[in-house]
Amino acid sequence: MVANDHIDLTVEPGEIHALLGENGAGKSTLMNVLYGLLQPDEGEILINGEPRHIKGPRDAIQAGIGMVHQHFMLVPVFTVAENVMLGAERARGGPLGILDRARARRDVREVSNRYGLRVDPEAIVEDLPVGVQQRVEIIKALTRDVDLLILDEPTAVLTPNETAELLEVMRSLKAAGKSIVFITHKLKEVKAIADRITVVRRGRTVGTAAPDASEAELASLMVGRQVMLRVEKVPAEPGEVVLSVAGLAVADERGHRAVDGVDLEVRAGEVLGLAGVQGNGQTELVEAVMGLRHALAGTATLNGEQLLGRRTKDVLASGVGYIPEDRSVDGLIKEFTIAENLILDQYDREPFGSKLALRLDRIDAAARQRVEEFDVRTPSHQAPVSTLSGGNQQKVIVAREMSRPLTLLVAAQPTRGVDVGSIEFIHKRVIAARDAGAAVLLISSELDEVISLADRVAVMYRGRILATVPATESRERIGLLMAGITDEPETTEGGGE
Amino acid sequence: MILDQEPEGSASSPDKEPAGAEHFPKETAATALRTTDAAEVPGPPAGNRFIAALWSANTVTVTVLSLVLAMVIGGVLICLSDPDVTATYGYFFAAPGDALSASWSAISEAYANLFKGAIVDPAAVSGWLNGENTIWLALYPLSETLTYTAPLVFTGLAVALAFRGGLFNIGAQGQAIMGAAVAGLVGFGLHLPPGLHVILVLIAGALGGAVYGFVPGILKARTGAHEVITTIMLNYIALYFLSWLIVQDGVQDPNRSDAISKPVDSTGLLPKLAGGDLRVHLGILLSVGAVVAVAWLLNRATFGLELRAVGLNPDAARTAGMSVAATYTGTMVIAGALAGLGGTTVLLGTAGALTGSVAGNIGFDGITVALLGRGKPWGVLLAALLFGALRAGGNRMQSFSGIPVDLVDVLTALIVLFIAAPALVRSVFRLRAGRTGRLETTVAKGW
Repeated sequence: MVANDHIDLTVEPGEIHALLGENGAGKSTLMNVLYGLLQPDEGEILINGEPRHIKGPRDAIQAGIGMVHQHFMLVPVFTVAENVMLGAERARGGPLGILDRARARRDVREVSNRYGLRVDPEAIVEDLPVGVQQRVEIIKALTRDVDLLILDEPTAVLTPNETAELLEVMRSLKAAGKSIVFITHKLKEVKAIADRITVVRRGRTVGTAAPDASEAELASLMVGRQVMLRVEKVPAEPGEVVLSVAGLAVADERGHRAVDGVDLEVRAGEVLGLAGVQGNGQTELVEAVMGLRHALAGTATLNGEQLLGRRTKDVLASGVGYIPEDRSVDGLIKEFTIAENLILDQYDREPFGSKLALRLDRIDAAARQRVEEFDVRTPSHQAPVSTLSGGNQQKVIVAREMSRPLTLLVAAQPTRGVDVGSIEFIHKRVIAARDAGAAVLLISSELDEVISLADRVAVMYRGRILATVPATESRERIGLLMAGITDEPETTEGGGE
Repeated sequence: MILDQEPEGSASSPDKEPAGAEHFPKETAATALRTTDAAEVPGPPAGNRFIAALWSANTVTVTVLSLVLAMVIGGVLICLSDPDVTATYGYFFAAPGDALSASWSAISEAYANLFKGAIVDPAAVSGWLNGENTIWLALYPLSETLTYTAPLVFTGLAVALAFRGGLFNIGAQGQAIMGAAVAGLVGFGLHLPPGLHVILVLIAGALGGAVYGFVPGILKARTGAHEVITTIMLNYIALYFLSWLIVQDGVQDPNRSDAISKPVDSTGLLPKLAGGDLRVHLGILLSVGAVVAVAWLLNRATFGLELRAVGLNPDAARTAGMSVAATYTGTMVIAGALAGLGGTTVLLGTAGALTGSVAGNIGFDGITVALLGRGKPWGVLLAALLFGALRAGGNRMQSFSGIPVDLVDVLTALIVLFIAAPALVRSVFRLRAGRTGRLETTVAKGW
């Protein structure tokens, strides 16, 4: 497959160059070529005017290219200094000598001070917040003396505050003469920081823009058509309480009380947005409700019936639809066909199966129809789901969970890593489910998504609901709540870090 | 402000559709696969990745080439093991023709005997046509091949099914032994009318294996004990249990002093397919039936979907409401039953009585068969046929060419080695990397 079709990209020294494009547009492929993880079939890479052949990350680093991946390449139990040292270990007293940890620490401190990164070299990586871990990755690249830093979707995992800090770091790097390629599909950040914007679509550069281009202009350049950024919806008409959670406490894998006394109610015909930075207990809350995780205390009822302690199969069968937050881990079986994935939680129920046998004809027919109805772009409904782009994979999950009558829809990060066109489609579907009378619990760390979809917003922070506010509340207030700041914005204690 | 934008519908984007109609052509979807695979999706656990790599290699090409490579290396070994041939290499530079012709005749004779012993011996066929011998002699090689094949199909399925469920069932050997042991007890312990007896014995064998598969299954499901460890240990237990069992009073054949059980009643034996002259028995037909059943189970049964889902992604299976623990247990029970039937097939088809080595090596060979068959039921049947043929041919090769039958083991080991390392085969034959498709992706992920 041609992922990059004759792309031209020029990055000037000391420039922040945004690479904007939908998922599957070929941004990551392009950067993997630059970083030597993939080899180009045609074309060349010029660094300071000289053609360079980059065969792997080692060559790339030597050529002055560093990369911060979307998923961090850090050893969680090592300290910051040890992680930075990894792969470029220096020893005192020859190759068989003792690791020079002191020097690694010094390097980290030095780089950290020079660019205002504020990272403690002695800290254990797994204890650090995600934003700081990311800075460790940046330090790792900087200690290897790179001139060009590639940041692959760096803000996907950050809180609004952390994002602001990252943008600050990027500015100081730029001031020091480093060039940055900033890969993203978030328009606001691009406009906030980029000096130049290159838009990639379907493996081609479709245009360059200056940061003063409007969001709508950029979005349509990205998608190739006008995109509706706001979700059109009528005011909710909330009915009876469908989901009621009270005093819920849930432990995470390490035994910490990730959910620590949560009360919430979702009514029929409304969307309750559960906002919060990832890792504040949302995942554990949802998994407890879905019967995937044992709850320590509290209750969760669906139309008055206890949910806790029931098998996931029964929870799903009682009219709950569930879009899990991580589609590649929990939502889909990549090797399975689209048709199989579409019945993954209904295969043993009519009409798709009996106790013993699958009804392949019906499964096939239903898949055909849903691929059509949910606009899954694929050559065939019998293709493995791994051949789909992220957005289309997500549509498969949405199609599976939303083509049966629902009393409750639990949608966790329903549009994470999904292109603009698919976001629009999924949002419409969620609102349609709401209007059909389902209660919707929307869990999202994207503030925009929560604000545009939800009727009420509950902000979760460190295992508790900090506040429940109407969706008309200001972005700033919700953003602060997500960072754990409840009332006076000027107080600094209890900040997000 | 847009600085520059390529005009829509220009020569650079000839496949442009009407705006708003469809902005994702097919190739974009596949493009996303590459990008996502490489950058975003964490790989499955190492064990699953190993199995995935085995299956994702370009099956037919790599398998055939692995066979060829193994035969070539086998040829070298044949020359090395033949003193007459090695002697000619002593004066290689004086008369290289001697060495080459001696090597060639040794290799070709050995492989010719392998073929004659496994498939057909032209001399026996012409002998039958001329009335010098019966048709049975002409069919003898095929009969031998099928006789060796039948139990391997069962144990191969036992391992392959577990593979598909994400389990590495090293315990087919133990399950086969337990199956044979229980079947033997019913075979000589009960005296029943023909037909009914053999059916009961087969059921007993399947049950014996199933119970013995249940143990590692439930241990894995309840405690997380790794099935590789537990099944290896259970293999020893089964082996020594059988050795103990056959010397007990009431089990040991009272007319024999060596460690062998009473013979299974003739009513409990699997009927021969071609009368008394050939060994081939009903087991081969049963094994094909088992292939059909396992294929149905995997592809058309609700449990098969659960099994495959759990095997590929237990997290997603659990999220979709499947019980991973129950699936693991069920998978091991069925795998155990299949292996138990494998052991029973040997007992009822050829052995006739329990000995310490009644199950031979069929459980471990089943692992090889499942790997060669890429975990697919029909692939297992083909692989078992190949191994059965090698076994049958190996016997003739030993007696006619003096090549130790162990060469067959070396050959099978080499075949599997090459299949497990497709990159090696590709580089030996300089296959173009791009042509092997998905193999590339797996290699890129760290294989």
